[in-house]
Amino acid sequence: MTLILFIEQLLNGLQSGVMLFLMAAGLTLIFGVMGLINLAHGSFYMIGAFAAAAVAAATGSFLLALIASLAAAALVGSLVELTIIRRLYDRDHLDQVLATFALILIFSEGTRWLFGSFPLFLDIPDYLSGPVTLPFGIQYPLYRLAIIGIGLLVAIGLFALIAKTRIGIQIRAGESDREMIGALGVNISRLYTIVFALGAALAGFSGALIGAIQSVQVGMGEPMLILAFVVIVIGGIGSIKGALVGAILVGMTDTMGRFLLPTIFATFMEPSTATTIGSSLASMSIYILMAGVLLFKPTGLYGKA
Amino acid sequence: MRREAFINAAIFTLLLAVPLWAYWADQPFTITLATRVAIFALAGVGLNLALGLGGLVSFGHAVFFGIGGYAMGILASHAQSYTPLMEWPFTLNGTKSMPVIWLVATLSSALAALAIGALSLRTAGVYFIMITLAFGQMFFYFTISWPAYGGEDGLLIYVRNGFPGMNTLDPIQFFLICFSLLAIVLFFMARLAKSPFGLALSAARHNEKRVQAVGIAPYRLRLVAFTISGGITGLAGALFADLNRFVSPNMFSWQTSGEIMVFIILGGTARLFGPVAGAALFILLEHFLGGLSEFWHIYLGALLLVVVLFARGGLIGLLAGREVAHD
Repeated sequence: MTLILFIEQLLNGLQSGVMLFLMAAGLTLIFGVMGLINLAHGSFYMIGAFAAAAVAAATGSFLLALIASLAAAALVGSLVELTIIRRLYDRDHLDQVLATFALILIFSEGTRWLFGSFPLFLDIPDYLSGPVTLPFGIQYPLYRLAIIGIGLLVAIGLFALIAKTRIGIQIRAGESDREMIGALGVNISRLYTIVFALGAALAGFSGALIGAIQSVQVGMGEPMLILAFVVIVIGGIGSIKGALVGAILVGMTDTMGRFLLPTIFATFMEPSTATTIGSSLASMSIYILMAGVLLFKPTGLYGKA
Repeated sequence: MRREAFINAAIFTLLLAVPLWAYWADQPFTITLATRVAIFALAGVGLNLALGLGGLVSFGHAVFFGIGGYAMGILASHAQSYTPLMEWPFTLNGTKSMPVIWLVATLSSALAALAIGALSLRTAGVYFIMITLAFGQMFFYFTISWPAYGGEDGLLIYVRNGFPGMNTLDPIQFFLICFSLLAIVLFFMARLAKSPFGLALSAARHNEKRVQAVGIAPYRLRLVAFTISGGITGLAGALFADLNRFVSPNMFSWQTSGEIMVFIILGGTARLFGPVAGAALFILLEHFLGGLSEFWHIYLGALLLVVVLFARGGLIGLLAGREVAHD
């Protein structure tokens, strides 16, 4: 194991953490403002990726594909919010879980019906492909570096949106007292639709970005959804800052666990057993992390009691 | 309430009568469908104790379903390969006997439920949903990457396990075994719901503070309920594994947890026969819609949405009226 490999894995962890943040930010905003637990968030991730793949295949432009992922996810998100989700705000969590579970079934099978079961591919554009040389002679894929950059820019933009703009003030006010901001003349149902569409767009955007590294297929959203849930539970549900910290923590634990645990076990075991035990522990590591955090802080790192 | 009792009796009779008719008409596939209904209903009845009566929305009951399944898989695979399960400190052999497997499945999943519940019940609300989901995923990934018992491919058992005095390979006899277990558990549940324990558990769901004020600790009530609930779902897992003669990590997947929840919601939350009606409806939909279209999950999703949004009492609520408030 060399230092260069180690730094590369650190960057990979950061990259997966940043992408997780895009997913988790929407999820945690939607929960914080509307009190809704949304299992269908992974479907927006999938819809974004499929929209990007379809547009990229039709036009050949990666930029247009990214715009399409944002637009498609935001559009589907606001339609779903207007027709179904807004009936669920006053319901208990069980109803929300089931209704959004039903939405997953509908979206997944609907996408399979539209695009078929075979995975689609989204190519990295020429200007972002190939490796780039970092200080200390580290070779790292330019696209992954770009993803980290884009993700961090979106994170900064999101923090600015929430801290500085009028809509951000309304979102924060909505988190603390929704009746009050309604009484003050803010159109709550419009605010809810905007927040939901914003969350969906972020998920769709990360789906498109990840879709270019992995394949675009039905069911790609659910593993990401569950990771995003782990993130927001660790960070504290409703807290954007918590989502950022949790996402980086989960991304790092997952990547470094897969990388380091087999190597560590190999120092005192035979290689084949070390690989199996190391990788099975590594795949469990983030859930162990989550259980550990909840034991000491039952409402997450930054959650309100 | 009398109307619900009448409907319960009708569901119970129907679930017994249809396979008996199928046996007479020589349609073994229908018997297998009914066996699936009985097993899924049993899993749902287990979850219903935690979810319906206790108000604990567990999104991780696949853990117990899977542990039950793997209890059967591990014991039977050692028996079929004539290798002991362990040799130290004492020799433990596999078994092909259903009652022993049931006991092991129920106890080990109840033990897992005790441990998971003890940790998870420290949280509440959304956090509880998420942490149970996380435990489910933990077990799922563990079984996938654990090569000793088949890993990702699962375990195949060649011959169905035996029950003294019965031929379990005969579909109708296996159905009767599953149906009897379901009936026993339903009877137990009916008694439990009316016992001081059940009433206190239900009260803790309605108003935790008041229950505490009269000197009952909700945490202990819920932990006991969660443990029993896990044990019953584990028993269903063992039966399901025996029905398919196959166990795989899929039994642990979060979709399985979701489906067990769906049985309850389709049938009616906190109703004694809710999971039975729900499982029957689910299997019927799967059979008929699955025959109509490859994409039957779309229709299932749409139906589930309609039930959650508009018919909140589920099937039994629709038929029996809403004497029992859904909350």
